[in-house]
Amino acid sequence: MESGKLIEMYRTMKLIRLIEQRINDEYKYDEIKTPIHLSIGQEAVAAGVCINLRKDDYIFGTHRSHAQYIAKGGDIKKMFAELYLRKTGCARGRGGSMHLMDRDVGILGSSAIVGGSIPLGTGTALASKLMGNDRVTVVFFGDGAADEGTFHESLNFAALKKLPVVYVCENNFYAINSHQRARHANDNISKWAQNYGMPGFRIDGNDVLEVAEYAERAIARCRSGEGPTLIECLTYRWKGHIGTVDDVGEGYRPKEEYDYWISRCPIKRFSEFLRDNGVLTDELENSIDEEIKQLIEEAFDFAQNSPKPSPDELMDFVYAD
Amino acid sequence: MPWTTIQVEKLDNFFIKGDSAGDRVMTYRDALHEAFDQSLARDPRVFIMGEGVDDVAGVFGTTKGLKEKYGAERVFDTPIAENSLTGIAAGAAMAGLRPVLVHARMDFLLLSLDQLVNHAAKWCYMFGGQVTVPMVVRTISARGWGSGAQHSQCIQGMLMNVPGLKIVAPATPYDAKGLMISAIIDNNPVLFVEHRWLHKTTGHVPEELYSIPIGKGVIRREGDDITIVGISYMLVEALKAAEKLQEAGISAEVVDLRSLKPFDEELLIKSVEKTGRLIIADTGSKTGSVASEIAAFAAEKAFHLLKKPVKRVCCPDTPTPTSDVLEKAFYPTDNDIFNEAVKLVKE
Repeated sequence: MESGKLIEMYRTMKLIRLIEQRINDEYKYDEIKTPIHLSIGQEAVAAGVCINLRKDDYIFGTHRSHAQYIAKGGDIKKMFAELYLRKTGCARGRGGSMHLMDRDVGILGSSAIVGGSIPLGTGTALASKLMGNDRVTVVFFGDGAADEGTFHESLNFAALKKLPVVYVCENNFYAINSHQRARHANDNISKWAQNYGMPGFRIDGNDVLEVAEYAERAIARCRSGEGPTLIECLTYRWKGHIGTVDDVGEGYRPKEEYDYWISRCPIKRFSEFLRDNGVLTDELENSIDEEIKQLIEEAFDFAQNSPKPSPDELMDFVYAD
Repeated sequence: MPWTTIQVEKLDNFFIKGDSAGDRVMTYRDALHEAFDQSLARDPRVFIMGEGVDDVAGVFGTTKGLKEKYGAERVFDTPIAENSLTGIAAGAAMAGLRPVLVHARMDFLLLSLDQLVNHAAKWCYMFGGQVTVPMVVRTISARGWGSGAQHSQCIQGMLMNVPGLKIVAPATPYDAKGLMISAIIDNNPVLFVEHRWLHKTTGHVPEELYSIPIGKGVIRREGDDITIVGISYMLVEALKAAEKLQEAGISAEVVDLRSLKPFDEELLIKSVEKTGRLIIADTGSKTGSVASEIAAFAAEKAFHLLKKPVKRVCCPDTPTPTSDVLEKAFYPTDNDIFNEAVKLVKE
């Protein structure tokens, strides 16, 4: 991969990390009045997949979708304004953190129902096929969504119709506090895909280069009409399921498990790789951090100074004209 | 031959008079077929999917031959996965297409409520109107011949409680065609409620493409003494009852709302203003029915116009029995409407 793209992925991961850390820090002031689900530690998945997508490709996400929105190029100011539930937000203050969207870059929304967006992304892929264009859809979801019927029904349909969709399972092992072992008899999310009639891979989701490589192949398969792929990315969420809580060592998650995954931080690993290969220097890292910090400041200012919806707008948008 | 056809074949072919001008007579089923045929021809974004839409029977004849005419990409059979198919239709709609999804029984619609209620119906509001979901979900209710508890439900009342969903329930061939075309061109998810016993109803249907505004009802029969609202197939029973009532010296006005959500409030108030009495006949179970919603509306907005309490003629709050004896006791008919009307007018 050319160095420009490597740096772009690095910047995306840093942007996700710093934005989510800022949200984490601001949340205690109680002005972000929407449930937040942070994905700190999982940045490589969104960054590695989206580097391969065009602006007009579609993505669908979940309740935990800040990262995908950012990686796909969603407007950062509008994202913060949405977190602050302002009229200038990407969903006009109607959606909040769990429902980010940016039509201009192919983000048609995300669902807060586990597995809910899997059929929707399968549907946009069906539209691409019926309309004869080469737009690809990527659906992001967690291991919890593999428990749902929508996962199985949609994979079957996509394989049957050879739809241009890539299913990206961010397997962070936990559905809230319930471990995958408590929900599945076998270790088989990627194998399910194979049985439905599509390639299924299980990869290191904390290795952005591996994610990018598999995503590139899957997306190319879609564009050439060969049908869907599932990529199961093993990763780990550092924070608790919701809000800013840390739930390690409180009877929820073992400290050793957490420490292991911290040591496998996707950003640390990638920046070491970039430094070893002479792509990243102190100077470049500092300038990227500075640029991101400024972007975040501007977005926060924009959000906090934006108007909230007024009560007389309550009934707007129930129906489209 | 699908077994329910046996029952439907036994029915009278009820003819709807004065439905529209012209002398072109057609069944409800063929009117729907014509709506699909003309919509597929007119708009390349329209496609039809669902269990059996491309087989030889073609969903009771309503989609027969359309695959041959428009291709397997636009009219196709699907796996039996109601919920995801609803979401797949919604996703295709978000991307700019106009899907029509078919459930051959309304009971199967219940499997799809997550995608219909949590997703399709809410998407426009949740994203501030920036993404629309123009899709049609067709559901067909059956009745009789032992259809039983899981093949004959009429749950339109339950769906009235879903913000963002439009619901239409045409009872005549003219309305079936016009409202299907309206549902397809509407930019929202529209639930299209059909009843198996209406498929053989005949009436006048113009050949050209036309639409009927969603939310506009009509007076099917003018009268002065009592207003009878007939929902879906119960319109036929209401018209039969009105005929008998006339012989008994009671002049009944029959209102066909056609659209259930939104429904024509103005038309209803106008009729009640004239008659002062209201019966609502619905195909579903009584509690939480469309009849209940209309009765509540009348209590809120037309209480001062009513001379007598509002009456609901619905199925009882039991699952549909399969026994032919119990089935007979379960379903309300024109006689039940007649008896209630006599009580309201004469007592």
